[in-house]
Amino acid sequence: MPRLSTLDVGTRLPERTFEPTSVSLFLYNAAIWNAHRIHFDESYTTEVEQYPGVVVDGPLQGDWLSQVVTEWLGEDGELVEFEYSNRKASYLGERLRSGGVVTAVDPATGTATVDLHIKNAQGAVISPGRAVVRLRA
Amino acid sequence: MGDLITPEIRSWVGRSDPPQRIEVTRRDIMKYAIATEQRLKKYRRGDEAPPMFLYDAHQSLTPITELRSDGLWVDTLLPELPLTRVMAGGIRHEYYRPIKAGNVLVLTRTLTDIYEKQGTSGPLIFVVYAMRVESENGELVMEETRRRIFR
Repeated sequence: MPRLSTLDVGTRLPERTFEPTSVSLFLYNAAIWNAHRIHFDESYTTEVEQYPGVVVDGPLQGDWLSQVVTEWLGEDGELVEFEYSNRKASYLGERLRSGGVVTAVDPATGTATVDLHIKNAQGAVISPGRAVVRLRA
Repeated sequence: MGDLITPEIRSWVGRSDPPQRIEVTRRDIMKYAIATEQRLKKYRRGDEAPPMFLYDAHQSLTPITELRSDGLWVDTLLPELPLTRVMAGGIRHEYYRPIKAGNVLVLTRTLTDIYEKQGTSGPLIFVVYAMRVESENGELVMEETRRRIFR
């Protein structure tokens, strides 16, 4: 687990690549009990809702954003706040990359703030996020 | 600003669902952890729930015949809206206690706002919910603000 005293604004968190598949999307939607057809029914998604392809769940991207922080913190980490926005849709077949950077360190409260992102293959931030974590000095 | 949000629609703001009581099982955490490709052992073993584990956990489980034609469950905390296609918007969480296998949680959701915005390809309706998650003993576990977008 990182220590507050070793952190600087600008410290980067490890990046990770996600390549969702029809199987991983199926399992995610089964786990959250979600039958929204835009996540598995390609003809409905493209013909009725007019998307270019099967849509990767926004909250799944939210989960991957939270993992940027939880993996960095390790097994004993303490997440205090977490938020994200789904700004741009992502479609099955895209390769996504998550990452983050420390934007504030506050020794008085023992917390650090991290900006988070998921980028698509074109490098556009499709889901930005932010987290506050509590760390030992 | 447009006129999609009628006074009748706006009058729903402030309403709450009946509290939803859920039992957190190790197996459900493990399934969620696999589906989301978690790497930490505490999640993979199902000891503790990942931060986004409770996504949609407040929903009433309804028969297939009662789902919408797009597969979504009918949100009884919303009036009929003039836009019907749903997109995820985003979430804000504040965490107070870890959620562990075996916990019993009480989830209470309140509709806190409905507003309209002009998107690049037409009007959008934003719906905002606040959800409070407590332990059976009434200890605050987590608070959530969630936005859904109708287009």
